[in-house]
Amino acid sequence: MWGSEVTPNVKAPKIRELGYELKVREAMDKNMITIGPDISMNRLRGTLRSNRISGIPVTEDGKLIGVICVEDLVNWLMAGARDCLVEEKMSKDVATLFDDEPLIHAINKFEQYGYFHFPVLDRSSGDLAGIITREGIIRSLLKRLEIDYREEEIRHYRASHVFEDMFADKTSLTFQYCVVGQDFNRAGESASALKKTLKRLEIHPEIARRVAIAVYEAEMNVVIFARGGEITAEVDPNQIRIKVEDSGPGIPDIEKAMRPGYSTAPDWVRELGFGAGMGLDNIKKCVDEMNITSTVGKGTHLEMSVAIKKESVSYEVKGTG
Amino acid sequence: MKLRELVKKFNLEVKCAADRLDRKIEGGYVSDLLSDVIANGRAGDAWVTLQVHQNIVGVASLKDLAAIIIINGRQPEENTIEKAENEGIPIMVSKMSAFELVAGLCSAGISGTR
Repeated sequence: MWGSEVTPNVKAPKIRELGYELKVREAMDKNMITIGPDISMNRLRGTLRSNRISGIPVTEDGKLIGVICVEDLVNWLMAGARDCLVEEKMSKDVATLFDDEPLIHAINKFEQYGYFHFPVLDRSSGDLAGIITREGIIRSLLKRLEIDYREEEIRHYRASHVFEDMFADKTSLTFQYCVVGQDFNRAGESASALKKTLKRLEIHPEIARRVAIAVYEAEMNVVIFARGGEITAEVDPNQIRIKVEDSGPGIPDIEKAMRPGYSTAPDWVRELGFGAGMGLDNIKKCVDEMNITSTVGKGTHLEMSVAIKKESVSYEVKGTG
Repeated sequence: MKLRELVKKFNLEVKCAADRLDRKIEGGYVSDLLSDVIANGRAGDAWVTLQVHQNIVGVASLKDLAAIIIINGRQPEENTIEKAENEGIPIMVSKMSAFELVAGLCSAGISGTR
C-alpha cells in the first residue's frame, strides 16, 4: 500500500505532460565543448580527460560533422594509438535532435539508443545549437516543476489572503448565483458552489458549513415555491451577508412559516423529501441574524448574516426532535 | 465499525465510491426528510433512507455523512450514483426494511446518540 502511494498508477503523469510542454532547447547545454575535425587524437585524449566528458561534437564552420566519444578513443588506443586526426575516428552518422522538438522526443531517443548525449541542431540554420544529456533533462524538468509549484503556492496564498492584499478602507467580495425554480436536479448547486468558494477563501470550515446549510435551505425554498431567484453572498473580513430574492408567491404569515413542521409544500415535493417545514428553522439556527420580508404575489426577500470569528467556533445545528 | 465491515455484515450492495469504505461510522440516522437530516444528521453518520434522487448526495456532502444506505432494495437513480461517485459518498442498498436494518445496526453497536 505504501508503495502504491509513492508510485501512483497514473497513465499521464505530470512529468509526461511537461515532456510535451518543454522544448529540447530548454534542457540542452549551449556552452558545450566542441572540437574541429583537424585536431589530433592525442589532443582529444587530453580534452576528454580534463573535462571529464564522454563525448564531443565535431564541428566545421558551426555545422555538426560528427561526434567523437570515449568509446572511439578506447578503440583507437587498443589499435595501437597511431596518431591521426579526429576526422578519421569520429562517428559521422549521428543521431540528432532539433532544438524546437518537444522534450519527450529526447526522452524517447535516450530510451531507444541508450546513448548519454545527443547533439541538438538549430532547425532553421542547421547549425549545432547545443548538446542534451540525461542530466540536462532532469534539471529542466525539476526547474519547471519548481516554477509550477511556486505559482500554485502563490495562487493558493492569494486566494486565502485576498483581503489583506487589497488596498481599501473596506473590502468585500460578492458572489452571485441564479436559482431555477422547480428544477430539482440542480437544486443545491448554489449552496455547494458557495461552500467551495468559502473553502478556497479559507473561511473556517464550521462557518462555511453553517452558511452552506442556510443557503441550501433558502435555495430549496426558491426551487420549491418560486419560478426562480437570485442568491447573493457578500464576504468581507468580518462577516458573510447573504441575500436570497425570489419572484415566488410570497409568504402570507411569516411567523407561522418559521414554526418547525409548518409547511405549505405540495405533496409531490414532500415525496421527494423536501417541504418538511424545517427549512426556515434550520436557517435560523445556522445564522447570526436573519430577516424575511415577503409580499404575497410578488416574492420573498431573505437576508441573513454569519459573523466570521478568528478563533475556532463550534456551532452544531440541533434538531427540534 | 468501518463501512467495509458493515457492507459484509449486512450484505449491502455498494453502488459507488467503493474506495471510501475504510471510513469509520460514528453513528446513525434514519429519515426521509432532507431538512430533517440537515438539522439532525452528524458528520460520520450512516444515513438510512428510502429516498433515491440525487439531492440525497448534496445533503450527505453538506453534513459530511459517512454513507447513505437505501432500504427495501430500492435502486438509486443513475445521476444519483454519478454525483455520489464524484463527491466520494458511498451509497449502499439493503434488501431490508428501515425497521429491520436499524435494529440490526443498533445491535451491531452503531448508536443514534453520541
